[in-house]
Amino acid sequence: MTTLQLRNIVKRYKSQTVLDDLTLDVADGERLVLFGPSGAGKTVLLRLVAGVIEPDEGRVLIGGEDMTDVDAEHRGVGMAFQNFALFPHMSAFDNIASPLTATKSSKEKIAAGVQKVAKLLKIDHVLTHHPKALSNGQKQRTALARALVGSPPLLLLDDPLRNVDAKLRFEMRLELPRLLAAQGATVVYVTQDYKEAMALGDRIAVMAAGRIRQIGTPQEIYNAPADIEIGRLFGDPTINLLDVTPQRGGGDVFVELSNVRVRLADYGADVVGSPCVLGLRPEAISFVDAAAPGAIPVTVEAETPLNEKTVTLALTARGREILVSRPAGTPGPTAGPAHIAVNGMQAFLFDKTSGALLPRADLAAKRNGEAA
Amino acid sequence: MDTMSPLERVLRGLALTLVVVFFMFPIFWIFLMSFQTNETILAIPPSIVFSPTLSNYAALITGKLQTAAGTLDIAFMRNLGNSIFLSVASVAVALVLGVPAAYAFARHKFKGSEDIAFTLLSFRFAPPLLVLLPLTQYFQWLGLSNTYFGLIWVYQLICLPLILWIVRGYFEDISADVEYAYRIAGHSWFATFRKIALPLAGPGIAAAGLLAFIFAWNNFVFALVLASADKQPVTVGALAFVTSSGIQYGQIAAAIVLSVTPTLALALYAQRYLVEGLSLGAVKG
Repeated sequence: MTTLQLRNIVKRYKSQTVLDDLTLDVADGERLVLFGPSGAGKTVLLRLVAGVIEPDEGRVLIGGEDMTDVDAEHRGVGMAFQNFALFPHMSAFDNIASPLTATKSSKEKIAAGVQKVAKLLKIDHVLTHHPKALSNGQKQRTALARALVGSPPLLLLDDPLRNVDAKLRFEMRLELPRLLAAQGATVVYVTQDYKEAMALGDRIAVMAAGRIRQIGTPQEIYNAPADIEIGRLFGDPTINLLDVTPQRGGGDVFVELSNVRVRLADYGADVVGSPCVLGLRPEAISFVDAAAPGAIPVTVEAETPLNEKTVTLALTARGREILVSRPAGTPGPTAGPAHIAVNGMQAFLFDKTSGALLPRADLAAKRNGEAA
Repeated sequence: MDTMSPLERVLRGLALTLVVVFFMFPIFWIFLMSFQTNETILAIPPSIVFSPTLSNYAALITGKLQTAAGTLDIAFMRNLGNSIFLSVASVAVALVLGVPAAYAFARHKFKGSEDIAFTLLSFRFAPPLLVLLPLTQYFQWLGLSNTYFGLIWVYQLICLPLILWIVRGYFEDISADVEYAYRIAGHSWFATFRKIALPLAGPGIAAAGLLAFIFAWNNFVFALVLASADKQPVTVGALAFVTSSGIQYGQIAAAIVLSVTPTLALALYAQRYLVEGLSLGAVKG
């Protein structure tokens, strides 16, 4: 276990800035997930930590030691690549053994080490195969075994599940936390899959355009996405985003959806009158009777069962699309006219121009109190 | 396409036969000629029925050329030896120098790297005669003319750019991640070069080496100008068959058969290896 600190990292390729003054701390034994769309700079960041590319500015500290100018082979990190990067001319055994041969261990020790990690990853029966003869899943496990075998204190995993099929990805998503916990290493994990990020991360750093936009626990990011884009990236089905202008009435802040008032109890008067985007998770909306308070008329268009939940696409009176999700097996509406109710407590307000999440009133009040 | 009509199959076979005959016939004819005397070769109409003779080969191997005007000494076997030595040594030197250079050009973009690589390539498209005149002068001053060392040096003009540019492409095709993975596993850059880059570019290096060997073997003008009889390769030595008493077709044919044999053998051997290496998916991973 070790710590990782990145200080003001800048990386440019020609005129393009790939990493822009990035600072990040990963605690001892923590699993940090770097999450973001492709081109966000996640992989570059990981390679920078591994030492195969150099930053233009900034320092990389591993275990408190400045490693910025240290060659990759002396950093003592383990890394698994998205495309596996197996050595095609070596057997799976030799692939996995490569970090051990570098340390000049005895043959018996190497064999024992490889066997142990291969058994753990259930690939001990294919160790004599060359990468070409391995299935995608076996390749992925071989690459992972190679990263794990030397028990590196810092483990860098670059989207290792990206190139494997859905079934295997699901299995590994369950299996990886146990494996990584057993290793006891500090882990930086790159992914584009928010479910993977939620399942594997102690904390998630959301990256976009070379910067970290938000960092926090999976719950924090799901429950308070820092801006519209992050809200959109996290969650399946995606969050409903509706242009609204909050109003005040009867001491409350509310927004009107199809002329029905939805109370936003968490928000204060400061948001009133400014153009906003209302973020509604599909699970914050439910189908109700027409007579229920706050019922909004919609037209049910289509329904998609997604394993544990059912997602309904509905159209509002103004023709806006709304996704509603409910646990699978619970009764739902029939096609045609229906009514929905919105849970105002679970709604987010984003500023329309900047896209930033607007602070909730109680939090804002607390923050003001602290400042005073 | 996997089901072909009989007609298609026949036509395809015919076309392939034509191509093979077109390319193989000269070699086949030369092979036949090498077992004939000058009289049967020059007989009109030519016939493929003749009583074979080994006299041409005997003359080449003993070095005594029997002509109407008497016995001539020829140094064909020595020329053949020179060819083998010059080509092998040139390719070896070019590989030792060119492969690491190709790796550097492929993996490290440094200031002026493209210019240097291009300059080296330009040796290939400058006509040899352009460099020969000054080179002859230099070599005389330096005492390098008519030495194996000097010839091998000049042959680098042929071999080095070829190897550099072909092998560079193969190195560039190797995913950088594969090399990164080996570095991160704790190996030095030199170990990575030796254990990862070299084996993966192996088929490419073999192909480039083979090509360079053929070009070196076929070189004529450098050796003609810069070497005298005892250092000359077969390409220059073959001139000896144009004698005062006529052209010795039989011996020329035998000489050709002997001099294409090493390249042919090498090509056949390397071809098997190349196909194996490439079908291993070595580059793709």
